[in-house]
Amino acid sequence: MSLMTPEIRPSVIARVNPVAKLAVALLISCALMLSIDWVSAAVALALEAVLLAWCGLSARQFWLRTAPVWIAAPFAVLTTVLYGQDSGAVLFSAGFVSVTEGSVALALAIGLRILAIGIPGIVLLATTDPTDLGDGLAQVLRLPARFVLGALAGLRLVGMFIDDWHSLALARRARGVGDGGGLRGRARRFGGLAFALLVLSVRRGSKLATAMEARGFGSDIPRTWARESVFGVRDGLVVAIGAVIAATAITAAILAGTWHFVLA
Amino acid sequence: MTGARVTASGWGWRHAGRARPAVSGLDLDIRPGERVLVLGPSGAGKSTLMHALAGVLGDDEDGDETGELLVDGRRPSASRGRVGLVLQDPDSQVVLARVGDDVAFGCENLAVPRAEIWPRVGQALADVGLDLPLRHPTSALSGGQKQRLALAGVLAMRPGLVLLDEPTANLDPEGVVEVRDAVLRSVEASGATLIVIEHRVAVWQHVVDRIIVLDPAGGVLADGPTDTVLSAEGERLAAAGVWIPRFPPSPPERRDRSEVPAAEVLLRAEGLVVGRVPFARKRAVAVAGDLDLTLESGTATALTGPNGTGKSTLALTLAGLLAPAGGHLAAADALAAGLGPAPHRWRSRDLLERVGTVFQDPEHQFLAGTVRGELAIGPRALGLGGAAQTELVDALLHRLRLDHLADANPFTLSGGEKRRLSVATVLATRPRLLVLDEPTFGQDSRTWAELVRLLAELLDTGTAVLAVTHDEQFVSALADARLTLVPGPAPAGGPGVATGSVSAGRVATGRVNAGLRQRTGTEPS
Repeated sequence: MSLMTPEIRPSVIARVNPVAKLAVALLISCALMLSIDWVSAAVALALEAVLLAWCGLSARQFWLRTAPVWIAAPFAVLTTVLYGQDSGAVLFSAGFVSVTEGSVALALAIGLRILAIGIPGIVLLATTDPTDLGDGLAQVLRLPARFVLGALAGLRLVGMFIDDWHSLALARRARGVGDGGGLRGRARRFGGLAFALLVLSVRRGSKLATAMEARGFGSDIPRTWARESVFGVRDGLVVAIGAVIAATAITAAILAGTWHFVLA
Repeated sequence: MTGARVTASGWGWRHAGRARPAVSGLDLDIRPGERVLVLGPSGAGKSTLMHALAGVLGDDEDGDETGELLVDGRRPSASRGRVGLVLQDPDSQVVLARVGDDVAFGCENLAVPRAEIWPRVGQALADVGLDLPLRHPTSALSGGQKQRLALAGVLAMRPGLVLLDEPTANLDPEGVVEVRDAVLRSVEASGATLIVIEHRVAVWQHVVDRIIVLDPAGGVLADGPTDTVLSAEGERLAAAGVWIPRFPPSPPERRDRSEVPAAEVLLRAEGLVVGRVPFARKRAVAVAGDLDLTLESGTATALTGPNGTGKSTLALTLAGLLAPAGGHLAAADALAAGLGPAPHRWRSRDLLERVGTVFQDPEHQFLAGTVRGELAIGPRALGLGGAAQTELVDALLHRLRLDHLADANPFTLSGGEKRRLSVATVLATRPRLLVLDEPTFGQDSRTWAELVRLLAELLDTGTAVLAVTHDEQFVSALADARLTLVPGPAPAGGPGVATGSVSAGRVATGRVNAGLRQRTGTEPS
């Protein structure tokens, strides 16, 4: 398994055209960005949880993949509770820190929002092969082939970064400059390593570009696609479900009177 | 599909920003279906010619063209798809993540209809003997497999002219034969014209019809049937660095054993298990185990075996860069010099005078903007400054004939020069043990001989050498002992762990035997 060829378990969601999944993730994100309130985020999150049953991820995979949002959300909640905009009754106060009813509500809204936006995005990635996404972007959305294939080929190089980083770090240790100097030395070494990785990647990228050109890439003839990316009824249905989730979340918040349009 | 005809008349190319043309005054006529080996010393413009034929040399901004170079009577840039090019570096030619998609990439660019692409992909994979599922990840391929994949990608385009730019320079001996045979099978079937650049003549000698030798001063030095060119020009080519089987580089001169300091044990491994810690994991995954070996001063040990058996991992572990995954590894006092017995616990700076490591890719270990700066890094880390540092660096520059490049950027050096510099940076701090990973990859016969001579000198002054290598000539020129790693039986549900044992087999010169008798103590001296 790797970044570019993830092991994707067969599931209903995995068979959906990646463009449809991307559309769902974008629809829900946009809807939730319009307001900061706990009702819309909670409703969206609950409806997403139902859909998760079809994504084919095992419990272990699910928690492992979504770990970043589960870590980020509580931190956001904590900082908002302590430092967020205050309103309503004061629950606790000490120095800079004050906890009010308003800041707790805001924190809850932000925490749920991070989960409701983050989880669909991660599930999209976990059930999609990057090559299939590229096919969808180019054939369904008609994005330029140069852009899509360039990004795909570039993404493959990212997979090699980890090995390169490791080799560069070992080489530095062998050259006598791999440790020491305290925190400042460590920061300087990190910077040096990052720059070396950049140089290496640029060189590799230009070689790859030549190899691609040698195989006829970048000519003016419109290219064909070996893998057909079909956007069918089922995919349309998935986008519709996404739209329903977004609409339900907004409606519920308006009915509950918690809707708070951020642009207003 | 028939082969393409290549004609050049007075053709030349000067890269933008360079004073001298890379190629000039070239006249050629290559008939359809001919198989040609192109030779010439470094800097003769072989790669430039290949890139030009493939139409990827660029336009007026990238350089100046003179004369005319045609494929089937047309400019190469106008005959895309008629020409296919396979480059040297296996890693930088894989475009997509899955085997089938990668082979299909060229066909897609040539607008081959979808229904026709997949039969072509299957055919190309069969031609190169790559029997893998279409969804197989390209990242899991070995170097030889990646080169065969690149070749399949080119063959699926059904080119009339196949160009190979040192396609086997980065492969192990099995990989070299794999790729060569795949090339022959496929041009045989398609009737395509074949042009190959390769330093190692022996690989292609018996399968090409014609050899063209480029002259660095412009034009062609020799052009004719294989045997004629090799017998007329063999010696001159060998002197210019081309590997000609009849003219191997001379073995290094070694000092008499009585003048060499007595060997002492530096590093000892018993039941050693080596492995790497995968990304985001805590425990190392063992690649080779059950290893027993002793490294002594003044002796050279060759580490051989097929790809994937953990040779590099073992070398990096012995060099104190990776922690052992199990078993016992201890540095003797002669090496540790006051530090603890576990090399991987030593500080980075403490390694400098004890173990020097030369990486397979010299570019990985360059840190400075100039050759001089590169050489000063080790001594400076040891606290050596001012006049002493300058003196040491100057001496090294002179000894490794890098004087004229002192202010050049290390990345701009040629392959042979980069290798010399990477060895020189290590020598600057006079380590007692030298660990080298594939030191002779991609070297021409001249730089090869230079490197071997330098290592022989170091061995004679008591430095120990451990070299990971596939190069049998290197082994017989220097090695006192050989450790061959062999793949172990694979247990259920996982890859096998390689094992190895030290042998004296196939290492045969007087000097070598003397070293071994010293090592085992059976020689009544």
